[in-house]
Amino acid sequence: MLSFAEIRRSVLVSAWFMFLTFPVMVIRVNPIEEVVEWRWRNLIMVGAGSFLISFVWRYLIARKERGKKAAEAGRAGGPPLARRAAVHAGFHKPLMGALAVFVLIFPFLFSTYQVNIMATALIYVMLGLGLNIVIGLAGLLDLGYVAFYAVGAYAYALLNHHFGLGFWAVLPIGAVMGATFGILLGFPVLRLRGDYLAIVTLGFGEIIRLVLENWNDFSFGPSGIANIDRPGFFGVEMSLEAATNYVYYLLIGLVLMTIFFVNRLQNSRIGRAWIALREDEIACQAMGIDKTKTKLTAFALGATWAGMAGVVFAAKTTFINPASFTFLESAIILSIVVLGGMGSIPGVIVGALVLILLPEYLRAFSDYRMLLFGAILVIMMVFRPEGLIAGARRVYEFKGKKETSDTADGIHT
Amino acid sequence: MESILEVTGLTMDFGGLRALDHLDLDVKKGEIAALIGPNGAGKTTFFNCITGIYNPTGGDIIIRPPKGQGRKERINGIKPNHVTERGMARTFQNIRLFQNMSVLENVMIGRHCRTRTGVAGAMLRFRSTIEEEQAMVDYSYAIIEKIGLARFVNDLAKNLPYGAQRRLEIARAMATDPFLLLLDEPAAGMNPQETRELDGLINKIRDEENIAILLIEHDMKLVMSLSDRIFVMDYGRKIAQGGPDEIKRDPTVIKAYLGEDPDA
Repeated sequence: MLSFAEIRRSVLVSAWFMFLTFPVMVIRVNPIEEVVEWRWRNLIMVGAGSFLISFVWRYLIARKERGKKAAEAGRAGGPPLARRAAVHAGFHKPLMGALAVFVLIFPFLFSTYQVNIMATALIYVMLGLGLNIVIGLAGLLDLGYVAFYAVGAYAYALLNHHFGLGFWAVLPIGAVMGATFGILLGFPVLRLRGDYLAIVTLGFGEIIRLVLENWNDFSFGPSGIANIDRPGFFGVEMSLEAATNYVYYLLIGLVLMTIFFVNRLQNSRIGRAWIALREDEIACQAMGIDKTKTKLTAFALGATWAGMAGVVFAAKTTFINPASFTFLESAIILSIVVLGGMGSIPGVIVGALVLILLPEYLRAFSDYRMLLFGAILVIMMVFRPEGLIAGARRVYEFKGKKETSDTADGIHT
Repeated sequence: MESILEVTGLTMDFGGLRALDHLDLDVKKGEIAALIGPNGAGKTTFFNCITGIYNPTGGDIIIRPPKGQGRKERINGIKPNHVTERGMARTFQNIRLFQNMSVLENVMIGRHCRTRTGVAGAMLRFRSTIEEEQAMVDYSYAIIEKIGLARFVNDLAKNLPYGAQRRLEIARAMATDPFLLLLDEPAAGMNPQETRELDGLINKIRDEENIAILLIEHDMKLVMSLSDRIFVMDYGRKIAQGGPDEIKRDPTVIKAYLGEDPDA
């Protein structure tokens, strides 16, 4: 490890960094006293720091390469520990049980503030799972996903403001509105893929936001809509704390429903068609899949969940304005899917929790919060490009055909 | 024997370039036909035209499905998925599998156009959905066994050995329940052992499944042993047609492949 070549490389790295950061870290011009300060101490710190980091970095890369080689040499390692634990029946049930209990008693353990943050994170779980259909399964890079979220939120806000419609009445309407807009966006972009699709969807997201911002008569412009009703519970009056807890449980229910349906979808005829479309568009068509229909269902279903999440968001915050639906939101939802693991439901859930909760709990580091956040993202992408929990395909059991699978081991080793 | 695919005067222009020039070709029920020719002769373009990936500039592509009681249909310019629905399935020269799906799922995709579960069925899992899904799995597994890939059934397509990937492409195409299988260089990159196995497999598909086969291939030994009839193309035109023995002796074919003999 500590060979001469390694040290030389680290020295070069640190020299390069010292050179690069020299103007900002070392020289400081004091215009009042008209002197130039030379802060040599900083230079040494940058040098030593980058020297160490370069060592650690290369050690980690090497370890990763070794792991990859070991995996290729023989599949003796089997699936990673996390997956084994999650799948193994002995672990699976108690683990899920403990998780369920924790989720249920969460509001009693923590403050309203924490419950509120968790509810926000759960909204993003819904959004992430919805976008996962479009990007993770169907492979359509949609950068304007937040538009459907906005459609849902404004659907509730406006229907509530003008007609006094309640949350439960608008939730399905929001879903339908989302799906409708999904199809509206889907039609013009049917022929596009990859970068071109990304640009058009990005434009679509901005169009929705700009319309909301400028069409004052319709959407009340940048000042937004306030005093939106919270979700009702058979007309029971609730304190702020109770209302927060109620929204939390409501979201748990919605997230469970989302997981239930998305899980069924991805192992269905429709879901497989989406994945085939992602893997190879030409082969997918040549195997008899209607590309148009498949793309439109992916857009529509993805947008459905964004629409519902939007309704919940409006009801939870009781105030919305176009500033909540900027491109940054789309980018965050996209990061959730990519970081969590494309096409993997547990991955997206973990991704959403990490990406939404981490910045909250990093508040202690106030100034360095975003820096840390960025660094974590970069490191993740280098060491686990497939995401926190990679998607896995369903394994089918064939009874009475054991002997065939035994020969398989002979082939691989 | 009646022909199930009849192509007449097929022409394909890319701008000023004529890739196919009034090509005539037909495939008869239960036969193995081969399409050969030097590189760039337009063989794959021909496949792309008859499978709907390109819309040909001129000519007719007529199919007469064996199950259709002699009903004819012109299929110029229809979408690839509709071609497959009508019963012509293809494989690709450069393997185009769904890399991150399992072998079984790859074959199940082939069943897509023969099944009907929609979004509601997928989410609510009606009894009919579950039955259809199970039938799909069984049907696909049967094909996988027939093709000899049963030991890989749950492996990802990308982890398969090369020869197995080629065979999986054939299995996937067979799952669409075709009357004509179009194979684009099925033996490309295979070793002699794998090629021999492929020879047996193609014969088996024709004899046991009653599927006619049209293949593009460069391996002359394979072509000569398999084919009932051979079509030879050069520069977008058909230059010869006939049984293997005729083709072997045909001077125009020899010229196209080896160039002209300067001493002659």
